[in-house]
Amino acid sequence: MKVTIVDYNSGNISSVINSFNEVAKNKVKIEVTSDLNKIQSSDKIVLPGQGSFKSCVGALKNIEGLKDVLNEFVISNKKPLLGICVGLQMFADIGYEETETKGLGWISGKVSKIDNQNGRYKLPHIGWNQINIVKDSKILRDIENNSHMYFVHSYEFIPEDKSVISATTDYSSNIVCSVEKENIFGTQFHPEKSDKIGLKIINNFISL
Amino acid sequence: MLKNRVIPCLDVKNGRVVKGINFVDLKDAGDPVEQAKIYSDGGADEICFLDITASNEKRDTIYDVVEKTSKKCFVPLTVGGGIRSVDDINKLLNCGADKVSINTAAVENSKVVIDSSKKFGSQCIVVAIDAKKNGDKWEVFTHGGRNNSGINAIEYAEQMEKNGAGELLVTSMDRDGTQVGYDINLMSKISSKVNIPVIASGGVGTLNHLVDGIKLGKASAVLAASIFHYGKHSIKEAKDYLDSKGIPVRI
Repeated sequence: MKVTIVDYNSGNISSVINSFNEVAKNKVKIEVTSDLNKIQSSDKIVLPGQGSFKSCVGALKNIEGLKDVLNEFVISNKKPLLGICVGLQMFADIGYEETETKGLGWISGKVSKIDNQNGRYKLPHIGWNQINIVKDSKILRDIENNSHMYFVHSYEFIPEDKSVISATTDYSSNIVCSVEKENIFGTQFHPEKSDKIGLKIINNFISL
Repeated sequence: MLKNRVIPCLDVKNGRVVKGINFVDLKDAGDPVEQAKIYSDGGADEICFLDITASNEKRDTIYDVVEKTSKKCFVPLTVGGGIRSVDDINKLLNCGADKVSINTAAVENSKVVIDSSKKFGSQCIVVAIDAKKNGDKWEVFTHGGRNNSGINAIEYAEQMEKNGAGELLVTSMDRDGTQVGYDINLMSKISSKVNIPVIASGGVGTLNHLVDGIKLGKASAVLAASIFHYGKHSIKEAKDYLDSKGIPVRI
């Protein structure tokens, strides 16, 4: 089996690479690439993302053909993909960070700034927060409810269809932090930085 | 609920820990990778390395340390000390750092913070403010506390938020190394003026100082070095203590 981490200049992905290598050991091949053929031929894809919605969508578009390859992989071939942080946010139809930007449109919804209730809450939402698991999800297998995960973000994904939500976290409001829609998985938190429990989520994805 | 973070800081010089945990079973007491691993296994919410390497020739040693640590510790890793440019930041992030903390360069050239937060995202840009009291205000010091910039620390903090900093690491120069506790006035003043998280640093001598930093100083996270060194307190003790005082922590 081959798991590909898409390297599309979306910011710092070394922690994602390190954590997947740690979990995969020598059982699974982890490839880090922007090569379209290699992405196409992999069994699973990880879509990381740091920085802004706009910059990540822009970086994705900068690699000619990447969007089409991802669409085919996810929508036509229904192979598993895990989006992390902005990688998850890009599933939306539209994002409002910096400027209005179209997303991948895989899960209907929008990405908007977290309401900080007139400065009562600090942004970014940085640190360890507990997740409330609201539905069974394959990547949350054997993860206890109220487990701590590491977050760092100022924008949140608001899907139209609430049934895709597998976990939320409480901050200034109830923030969506894990989604599953068929073969599409995403976490707003960083499993790669969430210690052993985060590595377990990565293992769950690799073992799908 | 978002938890308050406890962040141990290790001073690293020429790739070796200068002050650190003194555990008998430690194979190599000066190995930053091994010490960072003890901290993360013990429940540290993040790890911070402060590179205090003085000579330019040995500056590269930190990259090796970061690379090795990031392959063993799966909690956020912040690296500070000697960062001058966007290139330096890029190199550290590529080695596996999750955040960088910028001190002198942020004072000398505001473009470093503006450009790096645009390029890498605010989430990985921490501005470190070394502040010292002068009359009724605090002034920002650079070069490891040697030079007084004369800049008002509170105004500077607000400016850094505007420039794109994702967090502020505020160290009281007056308190650093004294073990008499954080400068609570400085922390709470800055924290109330900015909307980004403040990490309190400088002066921790007891576990109760950590409580004060969060309750009175309004800090989101507390950073400490010496109380965790030489086994005085473990991370777990610190977090259990905070928990017993009603402060939300990840246990």
